[in-house]
Amino acid sequence: MASDVRDGGAPVAVRARGWGWRHATRTAWALAGVDLDVAPGERVLLLGASGSGKSTLLAGLAGLLDGGPDGTGEQAGELFLDGVPAREARSRAVTRGTARTGLVLQDPLAQTVLARCGDDVAFGLENHAVPPDRIWPRVDAALRAVAFPYARDRPTARLSGGERQRLALAGALALRPGLLLLDEPTAMLDPEGAALLREQVAAVLAATGATCVLVEHRVAPWIALVDRVVVLAPGGGVIADGAPGDVLAARGAQLAAQGVWVPGHLPAPPPRRPAGPAGALLLRGRGVAVRRPGPPEPPLRDVDVDVHGGRITCVVGPNGSGKSTLALALGGLVTPAAGTLVAGPALARRLGPRPARWRPRELVTRIGTVFQDPQHQFVARTCAQELAVGPRRAGLADAQVRERVTDLLDRLRLVPLARANPFTLSGGEQRRLSVATALATRPRLLVLDEPTFGQDARTWAELVRLLAALRDDGTGIVAVTHDEALVDALADDVLRLRAGRPDVGAVPAAGRAR
Amino acid sequence: MILPDPLAVRAAPSGRGALARTNPVAKLLVSLLISLVLLLTVDVVTAATALALECLALPWCGLGARALARRAGALLVAGGSAGLVTALVGVDGGTRLAALGPVTVTQGSLLSGLAVVARILAIGLPGVVLVATTDPTDLADGLGQVLRLPATPVLAALAALRLFGVLAQEWQDLAHARRARGLGDGGLLGRLRDVLGQVFALLVIAVRRGTVLATAMESRGFGAHPRRTWARPSRLRPGDLALLAGGAAVALTATAAGVAAGTWRLLLG
Repeated sequence: MASDVRDGGAPVAVRARGWGWRHATRTAWALAGVDLDVAPGERVLLLGASGSGKSTLLAGLAGLLDGGPDGTGEQAGELFLDGVPAREARSRAVTRGTARTGLVLQDPLAQTVLARCGDDVAFGLENHAVPPDRIWPRVDAALRAVAFPYARDRPTARLSGGERQRLALAGALALRPGLLLLDEPTAMLDPEGAALLREQVAAVLAATGATCVLVEHRVAPWIALVDRVVVLAPGGGVIADGAPGDVLAARGAQLAAQGVWVPGHLPAPPPRRPAGPAGALLLRGRGVAVRRPGPPEPPLRDVDVDVHGGRITCVVGPNGSGKSTLALALGGLVTPAAGTLVAGPALARRLGPRPARWRPRELVTRIGTVFQDPQHQFVARTCAQELAVGPRRAGLADAQVRERVTDLLDRLRLVPLARANPFTLSGGEQRRLSVATALATRPRLLVLDEPTFGQDARTWAELVRLLAALRDDGTGIVAVTHDEALVDALADDVLRLRAGRPDVGAVPAAGRAR
Repeated sequence: MILPDPLAVRAAPSGRGALARTNPVAKLLVSLLISLVLLLTVDVVTAATALALECLALPWCGLGARALARRAGALLVAGGSAGLVTALVGVDGGTRLAALGPVTVTQGSLLSGLAVVARILAIGLPGVVLVATTDPTDLADGLGQVLRLPATPVLAALAALRLFGVLAQEWQDLAHARRARGLGDGGLLGRLRDVLGQVFALLVIAVRRGTVLATAMESRGFGAHPRRTWARPSRLRPGDLALLAGGAAVALTATAAGVAAGTWRLLLG
């Protein structure tokens, strides 16, 4: 029977002894030999190269890994919450009406369970058999705790990514967990949304005193919130463990080399060149308006834009400002609802002036678009075949196709991965491959949607160098981004959008060079 | 190609109309009962009686004429074309009314055609009203509490339905992304291959997102314990019982009319 709600929520102590996990479908261990003690109320930042098993450790702590005969893998060693095996702690808690752990994941779209906000928060309470009359007060309290701005009956389909993450946090909080597990909760949010979520997490931890284990690649914004940093070695074991300042001083360079964004070890962009004379006009938009089905972005309108060869235009603005919609229009993927968007002769060559009317095989040799999620654009079984798709569609001869594929594999450090399936690559490798596929048909114009989004520091630096080199070779580049560092490093022109319209009063960026 | 968004159903004016406000389980049971009775026979009297009685209830279903016409449009097209085909090529009998080569319309085939139209409409109409006036979450609550179906599959299906709305957006993104890769033209065969590839890509994304969703649900105790409570109580009220009685009356009256007219014939094998 669900007992008094004040029952739960005591900060949890974690103890791991030689703990490891192997997924049933893999031969290699996701991680092994983890020894770790976390005191009640401690806040731990978990670092390590991607693939070092950080998410697996969080899933283990949440009691979601079943090493039993019908389980999803094999467990080694022991993992305890307050002296109780993690999986047992989960099932015991369910009968008590409070959870031991609360887990918030990275992908906002995938972790909303139900169609109305209040129902979504109530979902966990129902599963914990809380009596219905006690559910709604706890739902309201949890929504208040994350300063949720909407009523319970707000459809979740109308939430932004940041709002969804706050809802997920509320859903975890309603269960009064003594251990909060955060798996890159801000990785897919814009800077404003990420800052807001961090504030809420800080407030929640201050109010509940719960233990917290956090996985994040961007260290700086979280450093004030944690009192300990633990670094996992690839393949297993703890290689560093201590106060944030000490660990980062001792291991900063090593972590940065693995791609972690460590303060004081940030990647250096190439020296900024003074903005050169504009090259040929590639695209000219006047009063462009685009309407898109689907809720997240308002219609875009009144946009004037000129895109020239040899220059980088950054389109910036908060989430929902219409940036991605504009990228689709500039990429020739959607037809503007009003205004004119015409390609200059240097881009159109012998085709008509409207990119949205070009056939796909004509489009790829003129404009390359790189989507935010690389997986949307993968269509082949191996990386090498993936690079060959565009040139083949454009009608190149076999020998030429082979030459371009070899060249790109080499330039983007993809040679060892030539035969790998694109879907199995790491996030950074997928990003490099998706940029390479766009370059394979040598378009005069490259449109990128959030190219540095969620990327580690190494991939970031590589992308910046690559884009600068392309620009210097005369390619026109449009980058939709909320990455201020990218804008500082590369932008020749900046177009600022807000709520679907150009942000008046924004500074033209010609003189942004340092 | 745009996939329908099941959550758009929620935008329906589900608050107005006594029928719209009844428990989804009552609406579902009535729809099933009427369908069952009409599936037993193909005759014009039974089907037309059921259809006429359903139309009498329409003013209380909470849908305006325009909303109803929009939602029932596909039903009218399906019913009309099936009826036409039956009238033209169905088994002939009785007086010949018209002929063009081998295609003949007789009294018998015309009656069969009318029966087919009335049957499709009478079976489909309650379903249209059910879908248009029912929130999927409320239906799941009813299935779990009123019918006591096992909670785990009911809720898993509900969560999957929400994910389906997300996938509709993904489908659009995929279409744009693939055009940017140079896919989507070429002959009919090439296009077919590209669409199949897009479907496969959508499946990959669905599995990936589904895995995350399952983790999120399990982390909130889903499936950990056989007992669960329901935050939104769902039970049958007098109005729901009245709807059930009304549905039974429609089914009985229609069958009785068919039997009395001598057109009712059990459809078996």
